[in-house]
Amino acid sequence: MFEAVLLTVITAATPLLIAAIGELVVERSGVLNLGVEGMMIMGAVVGFAVANQTGSGTLGVIAAIAAGMAMSALFGFLVLVLVTNQVATGLALTILGVGFSGLIGEAFIGIPGLRLPDLYIPVLSEIPFFGPVFFQQDALVYISFALVIAVAYFLFRTRLGLVLRSVGDNHGSAHALGYSVIRIRYAAVLFGGACAGLAGAYMSLAYTPQWVENMTAGRGWIALALVVFSSWLPLRVVIGAYLFGAVSVLNLHAQAVELDIPSQLLSSLPYLATILVLVLISANRRLTLVNTPACLGKPFVPDR
Amino acid sequence: MKSLLKATVAAVAFAAAGSAANAADVKACYIYVGPVGDFGWSYQHDQGRLEAEKHFGDKLETAYLESVPEGPDAERAIERFAREGCNIIFTTSFGYMNPTIKVAKKFPDVKFEHATGYKTADNVATYNSKFHEGRYIIGQIAAKQSKTGVAGYIASFPIPEVVSGINAFLLGAQSVNPDFNLKVVWVNSWFDPGKEADAAKALIDQGADVISQHTDSTAPLQVAQERGAHGFGQASDMIQFAPEAQYTAIVDDWGPYYIERIQEVMDGTWESKSTWAGLSEGHVVMAPYTNLPDDVVAMAKETEAKIAGGWEPFTGPITKQDGTVAAEEGVTLDDGAILGMNWYVKGIDDKLPQ
Repeated sequence: MFEAVLLTVITAATPLLIAAIGELVVERSGVLNLGVEGMMIMGAVVGFAVANQTGSGTLGVIAAIAAGMAMSALFGFLVLVLVTNQVATGLALTILGVGFSGLIGEAFIGIPGLRLPDLYIPVLSEIPFFGPVFFQQDALVYISFALVIAVAYFLFRTRLGLVLRSVGDNHGSAHALGYSVIRIRYAAVLFGGACAGLAGAYMSLAYTPQWVENMTAGRGWIALALVVFSSWLPLRVVIGAYLFGAVSVLNLHAQAVELDIPSQLLSSLPYLATILVLVLISANRRLTLVNTPACLGKPFVPDR
Repeated sequence: MKSLLKATVAAVAFAAAGSAANAADVKACYIYVGPVGDFGWSYQHDQGRLEAEKHFGDKLETAYLESVPEGPDAERAIERFAREGCNIIFTTSFGYMNPTIKVAKKFPDVKFEHATGYKTADNVATYNSKFHEGRYIIGQIAAKQSKTGVAGYIASFPIPEVVSGINAFLLGAQSVNPDFNLKVVWVNSWFDPGKEADAAKALIDQGADVISQHTDSTAPLQVAQERGAHGFGQASDMIQFAPEAQYTAIVDDWGPYYIERIQEVMDGTWESKSTWAGLSEGHVVMAPYTNLPDDVVAMAKETEAKIAGGWEPFTGPITKQDGTVAAEEGVTLDDGAILGMNWYVKGIDDKLPQ
């Protein structure tokens, strides 16, 4: 029973986790991309379409990543090169993604998709309870964890990660030291797009293998909130995504076992939990300030 | 944030829907709550629109707005259509009821048709289908086929349309197995494939082996297929998503109604009324019965014929959840009681959210 709940939680949390970890890197570099939802849904539709046409889930995933990156490249060009307003451009990217995905996806409505196979890790998957939960998942679940570890290592243990953070904290100083602020931010934005595309692929190839318009149903926005929730720390993104996934799945289970709690209250629990944790985190203001990228959302125009 | 997004999406949709007036006799406009690609509720309404377009050819111009959130945005969308010269506007979700009535007051010459609501005016008609007739049949099938004696029901919002569906399902099931157990899960959304899939998983994990849904995506059926459980299509035939899991589907067929009403607008004979039609009029159609033994198919067909012949599934004896009698033996609930249903029948353990 507990095992079944946990399995559902993992599938609910994985897309949030992947999208959020990408956006975390973007925001650490000082760029606020509100287009996560748009990039994610483009990843979902392109991943589905390519997997459907080629019969290969792997190609679908790669295409989804490429689609997310293409969207983020557009975003990067607008906000970094043309220095447009980041909030407005991000919102526009979401609207573009939602609309354009509907257009591309029209031919794929009503077609069942293919599901990414579960990978069974030898020996480990035989362990009772832990085996099925941790070692019999589809590849993207493992990738999501690998991504978190890689991002955490990159940001806090490598020189390039330090540079990226410094660009996000004080782009003027980083520029004065000779780092190319625009190039670094562009790379971060592209990584964010790749992750959002991958998260979209998880939706249309693993979570619910089908294409329907609007199928991400706001998960990109939740991923954005999770980045703030995590106070820009990668490992906290995992906690956030799994907490959110767990509370929303437990809501459904609580109803199925007929607990006498109003379903509207249960439905709002994930959001209430998020607010509660945000309050608790922000109680420690010093830590929050240290981790908040000081240049988040500020445009950078180099002096001549 | 999400509603802001939806509002912006709707605003962009306005721009797309605005088209130059042309020489068609009548312009019919549609407001959908979901995307036309949901393959469920909005998809079926759009199929009806296309059918009408095909039927009338050049005499009819149509326009639609999809994914219009219920609430203030709906009012703007409806008003926009009214100003744009639409002669008849179909607002196809329960939550558009008050906005429709409000806009209709301002535009007495425009005809409005609101689906699934209960408020009418001189220029506002309502139309709905007796989905509960189909739900009674699938309830019977569920009770025949379930090995665990437990079915799961994924419900959207506690409105009469959904509640009467749940009740009809259980009455059908009880007619086969009086002790049948029904677990209801409210997802508080019409359309969220991920959440619907999670709800289906939760129900199956809790022992349900037949899943019924009153939400619009195909995700629950896909989960049923994967887990070796069974289910029923919602609004459209979803067999290709669950070739081994779908028993049948309750299909909405709006085309004939749209053609009839648009014709009346052309002829100048349109009048406000409340249309509520079901299996007998062909507004509700059962998809082919599949993955079922012959005797169960025969039973389902027999019930279908009985309902099409005029029998009402809400015929007594019906006892409410609290033990009071809703209908005596042989007494049929009147339309108002079914359309305004806000109580559960006996046998459901869930407490109805109020």
